[in-house]
Amino acid sequence: MSTRDTEGGHVPKEPSMIKQKELLSAYYDRLVAAPQTGQKVVYTFVPGNLTELLLAFDVLPVLPEINALQSAMRGRSGDFIAEAERAGHSEDVCSYVKCDLGMLRAKSGPTGKPLPPPDLLLLSYTGCFTFMKWFELLKQEFPKAEVAMLHVPYQADGVVTPEMRQYVLAQLREEVVPKLERITGKKLDEDRLRELMEKSALAEDDFVAVLEAGKKKPSPIDGYFGAVFYIAPLFSAFRGTDDGVAYYRLLREEVEQRAAEGRGPITPLGQLDDQRIRLVVEGPPCWTSFRELWSMFAAEKAVVVASTYCKVGGLYDTGFRHDPRRPFDSLADYCLGCYTNLSLPSRTDLVARYVREYQADGFLVHSVKSCNSFSAGQLLMLRSLEKKTGVPGGFLESDLVDPRYFSGANVKNRLESYFQMLLARRGAAAERAAEVTP
Amino acid sequence: MATPVSTQSTSSAPRRPEEIAKACEAIAFDVSFAPVRAWKERTGRKAIGFLPIYGPREIVTAAGMLPVAVMGGGDRVEIVRGDAYFQSYLCQLPRSTIELALGGQLDVLDGMLFPATCDVLRNLSGMWRMSFPDKLVRYLDFPHDHRPLVGMRFWENDLRALAHDLGALSGIVPDETALARSIALYDENRALLASLDALRVEAPHRAPIAEVYALVRAGAVLPVEEHSVLVREYIAAAKAADRAPRDHARVLVVGAFCEQPPIGLLVTLERAGCYVVGDDLCLATRLVGEQVATEGVPPFASLARAWVEKARPTASRYLPNEEKGRWLVDRCRALRADGVVLAAPSFCDPALLEQPMLQTALDRAGIPHTCFKYAENTAQLQPIYEQAGTFSDSIRLFTEAA
Ligand code: SF4
Ligand code: SF4
Repeated sequence: MSTRDTEGGHVPKEPSMIKQKELLSAYYDRLVAAPQTGQKVVYTFVPGNLTELLLAFDVLPVLPEINALQSAMRGRSGDFIAEAERAGHSEDVCSYVKCDLGMLRAKSGPTGKPLPPPDLLLLSYTGCFTFMKWFELLKQEFPKAEVAMLHVPYQADGVVTPEMRQYVLAQLREEVVPKLERITGKKLDEDRLRELMEKSALAEDDFVAVLEAGKKKPSPIDGYFGAVFYIAPLFSAFRGTDDGVAYYRLLREEVEQRAAEGRGPITPLGQLDDQRIRLVVEGPPCWTSFRELWSMFAAEKAVVVASTYCKVGGLYDTGFRHDPRRPFDSLADYCLGCYTNLSLPSRTDLVARYVREYQADGFLVHSVKSCNSFSAGQLLMLRSLEKKTGVPGGFLESDLVDPRYFSGANVKNRLESYFQMLLARRGAAAERAAEVTP
Repeated sequence: MATPVSTQSTSSAPRRPEEIAKACEAIAFDVSFAPVRAWKERTGRKAIGFLPIYGPREIVTAAGMLPVAVMGGGDRVEIVRGDAYFQSYLCQLPRSTIELALGGQLDVLDGMLFPATCDVLRNLSGMWRMSFPDKLVRYLDFPHDHRPLVGMRFWENDLRALAHDLGALSGIVPDETALARSIALYDENRALLASLDALRVEAPHRAPIAEVYALVRAGAVLPVEEHSVLVREYIAAAKAADRAPRDHARVLVVGAFCEQPPIGLLVTLERAGCYVVGDDLCLATRLVGEQVATEGVPPFASLARAWVEKARPTASRYLPNEEKGRWLVDRCRALRADGVVLAAPSFCDPALLEQPMLQTALDRAGIPHTCFKYAENTAQLQPIYEQAGTFSDSIRLFTEAA
């Protein structure tokens, strides 16, 4: 394959990667130091996170899903899950929850250092009921923590009604803000909230430009494996911050530079310029075998041009931006609009749109055992997408953070046959085109 | 022509409880939904299905239609196409429900309501829209904010919108008066079911779980008035029957709030020495056990309030501060249960994540418990027989020693 600068398999880091690493590690240091600095800590979830509001109160958000995935990438999730199962949790349930609970029991953190306990459990459960159980369990572990519930109605009919928005707004004003005011002892400063949102929108513009670069040929990004790094600051604690704005500007410049030079993204096997297959992926990644799976794609010169996973923390590419002129409405719209809050028909339409707009050769559904929210209905999505797009789909199964459910050989076989089928199909189409051309 | 199913005795002699239960079984487990077809033919009206754990049956009835709780296919449906819709690591209920729909058995339903029970049923609502675009599909988003002017208001608006949509289908948009009448019918049914529960607590040998379950579950497909007649008849028959008590342990069965265990499993528990004095089986028709009509509160508001204030604390509801554990312990004491059987459907996130929390509460209260998983089509009952037998023996030994 055409790769550059692999330096004997060692993939070089780009400036944005280095910056991200610095940001995240400084953030973890602040978290670990919270008991000493007295900064309040709020546990909450990625889909529908209220980062701007939290930062307006100077509290530190902790996102348990991110702890779980980081534990997996560091190879520790298997032990944490085993710990939770020893404590009575079923093998059947979401591995994110077990990984987090096991980590707590092991008195550890994703980086090895234990995280501070929550002052507030902010349960904004956009798109997944397991979040509710997760926080009921955490409340048992941290009985002193306050709980704020933000019930975000589901877009079952594919629309956000005024009643749905009103309901979320009322909860924001009457439940979430008062609880934040109580734990911090501060009044909400709406001007500060607006300032934060202004910065969010800047970063969001750059982020969308990065994602949409996947439309170019060759694609300068990997919209799934690569994008999980791109989303990290925006979906966690850096929306609304100067660091966030700077990171996305740097990232956008890098991506635009790569596009201008006709270069592809950096993969575990080096830079992927020569791209044979363009794909859209639906479903979360497998964090325990993240590099292994990415390498399987790269080895076949397959690049992911768009994915749904990088929309779980906000569907920015359909036009949403945090809006400083209407801060609460836009927080409500943000929560209501996350990918995980879309109905199955809307999800299917979105993937079909990506296949068309990003000129993909195929689409892959990655079904993870843990996540009923994503997985239930994916087989129907697959069939419906094949009909809608006329493009064949592939189906992979594994898990998020439970290493027992990733079978490398099996996945590799499936991928290889799927890729071969796509190439053969393209070859046949090219032949047909040649026949009709005089 | 659908076969009419009789809910009433054909002779003048009173029926024995087992005869009533047998008739109920034929109604409750008929996966062709013949009783619903017969009702539609008789009345010329429509029927609306809903999935566990809740459907506002009062509104469906007030709109002139028959509410039908669809609780999967149990062990009476062979899964042929359903597996092509769901991965192996998802529970059985949506698979058999799709199977029934694809097989045409659910054609009898003119619409389907999907309650916000879990992610699987939530997504099933979308699958229904994609697969059966001509049918009415509504998602019921229960409020998890419980304040009157926030969550309850949202839910009441939703119920009113549902009434409007159902009315558009049936031609009868229910107003407050029609809803009040309907609530009264269901309140009567709830009161009868409460009497049935009281009988089980006082004399569990008079109302074996398999009979009780068939009776309760028949209410999932029958018009409420007809069901009330049956419950009344059964209670009288069970009280009059000559049935001797046995030296069984008194247990609560908890966790089966959505996908139902096969009836054979319930029989097995009893055979193994457990009287089931309380349960959360068939919650689709029993989530709210208390009276809904509230003095001075208009009917739509009463119904909205009932979900928030009177619904049982199941795994699908967010209740922090270990409320559900406390509720279970209190219930054990109120029903004089010796122990708890935590029975949850395989691959059910809500039920299985709930279990350790309930176990902690039971441990703290010193209440013995045992747990197992099942699927609606579980056929291997011997291990459950052995486990329940050991559990019952240990409870009885413990009680005797005490
Ligand atoms: S079920 Fe899915 S969305 Fe929900 S917590 Fe688990 S991984 Fe996250
Ligand atoms: S059994 Fe559990 S997971 Fe399955 S549909 Fe019912 S609540 Fe959902």
